[in-house]
Amino acid sequence: MLAKRIIPCLDVRDGKVVKGVNFEGIKEVGDPVACACAYNQQGADEIVFYDITASYEGRGVMLDVVRETAKKVFVPLTVGGGIKTVDDIRETLRAGADKVSVNSQAVKNPQLIKDGADIFGCQCICVGVDAKRNGSGGWTVFINGGRVNMQLDLIDWVKQCEQLGAGEICLNSIDTDGVRGGFDLPMLKAVCEAVQIPVIASGGAGKLSDFAEAFLETDCSAALAASLFHFKELTIAQVKADCHSKGIAMR
Amino acid sequence: MIAIVDYGAGNIFSVKNALDFLGLPGELTSDPDCIRHADGIILPGVGAFPKAMAMLEKCGLTDVIREEARKKPFLGICLGMQLLFEKSYEFEACDGLGLIPGTVEKIVAPGLVIPHMGWNKLEIPQDCPILEHLPEKSYVYFVHSYQAVTPEDYLAAYVEYGSAKIPAMVYDGKSVFGAQFHPEKSGEIGLQILRNFGGLMG
Repeated sequence: MLAKRIIPCLDVRDGKVVKGVNFEGIKEVGDPVACACAYNQQGADEIVFYDITASYEGRGVMLDVVRETAKKVFVPLTVGGGIKTVDDIRETLRAGADKVSVNSQAVKNPQLIKDGADIFGCQCICVGVDAKRNGSGGWTVFINGGRVNMQLDLIDWVKQCEQLGAGEICLNSIDTDGVRGGFDLPMLKAVCEAVQIPVIASGGAGKLSDFAEAFLETDCSAALAASLFHFKELTIAQVKADCHSKGIAMR
Repeated sequence: MIAIVDYGAGNIFSVKNALDFLGLPGELTSDPDCIRHADGIILPGVGAFPKAMAMLEKCGLTDVIREEARKKPFLGICLGMQLLFEKSYEFEACDGLGLIPGTVEKIVAPGLVIPHMGWNKLEIPQDCPILEHLPEKSYVYFVHSYQAVTPEDYLAAYVEYGSAKIPAMVYDGKSVFGAQFHPEKSGEIGLQILRNFGGLMG
């Protein structure tokens, strides 16, 4: 039986993990390669690097991080943030990433999804989607870190992503992100019903039971969290043990 | 030395990284002579079947792979495993390498997510040299939308996905192995499988 995945996300700027990570036994605090190794040890099913670097030089540093991690960590690696072109995708995959996550640029230029999927395969194109509940009972897609309303219906957009060849959707709820009251279950349910490709729940995890709840209440394939794991409030092993005890298949 | 066949398909660096980590000498190559002189061969690959076969043909590698795969340990990974079969129906009917009997068809799993993406538990019905020394619950990483359809004799391991039984490892009983999953992305279990493969080189 296919296991549900628990995915830690590391926000990286200029080669350093942004949030103050302090794993035991790591000399350099904030070293993304060491953090990825630590998450791997804890049983992470996949690791996401989210590049929040603005500069061109910073992207090179990010690729070095991916290259080094890929030599030591043998689980899938996803890189998101700042991927705008097919060349960016190629460069990132060549550095050792297994998937790229495209978000704002995919909304501005949906052809990027199709080109990426045609050239590199659907399996490596994850579309990150930020959405927020609207006044008419649905949800609307935002870009640029949730700042710009694209007046685009969420369900229409995820269906379009699937048609264009996306291999996976990483669904982030702006309403629940940072609130720590659990994942946005109604939104997750609606998206899982709309597409056949895997959906990753993101935004809102605040306590142990939030993960199992998402898996029991919706058909999502994976759940992602950043700060909860960064600040060692929960370990991946604890989350997996809780899900396992509730009858959810875990690696 | 293990020749990792480079025909322009997929993230071949991951396979090289994993071999490096294990201290197994590996070389990325598209040179038929290098493949002939290697002690073992790995055929990686992601993407679509017809395109991959066309690339192998274009690189002039189909004949050398067919010949050498029967002489020394050979491991196809993901699409590289699917290429071992006689025929695929991905997009269009397309002949494969024909090293293992069977076909490649779309996964039929009503109501389930496609692609079959993530970690699934190996069921191992028969002995297979590269599946030795694995713990009882061995999860490995998959990502694919098409699957092999092959006689039971060739099925060294499978996984359950809804009502579907998906071949995970096929083996011709001699030198040809095919892994639908990615051993190079399957943590400790995957590394053990690659270590076992390296061990066959003698």
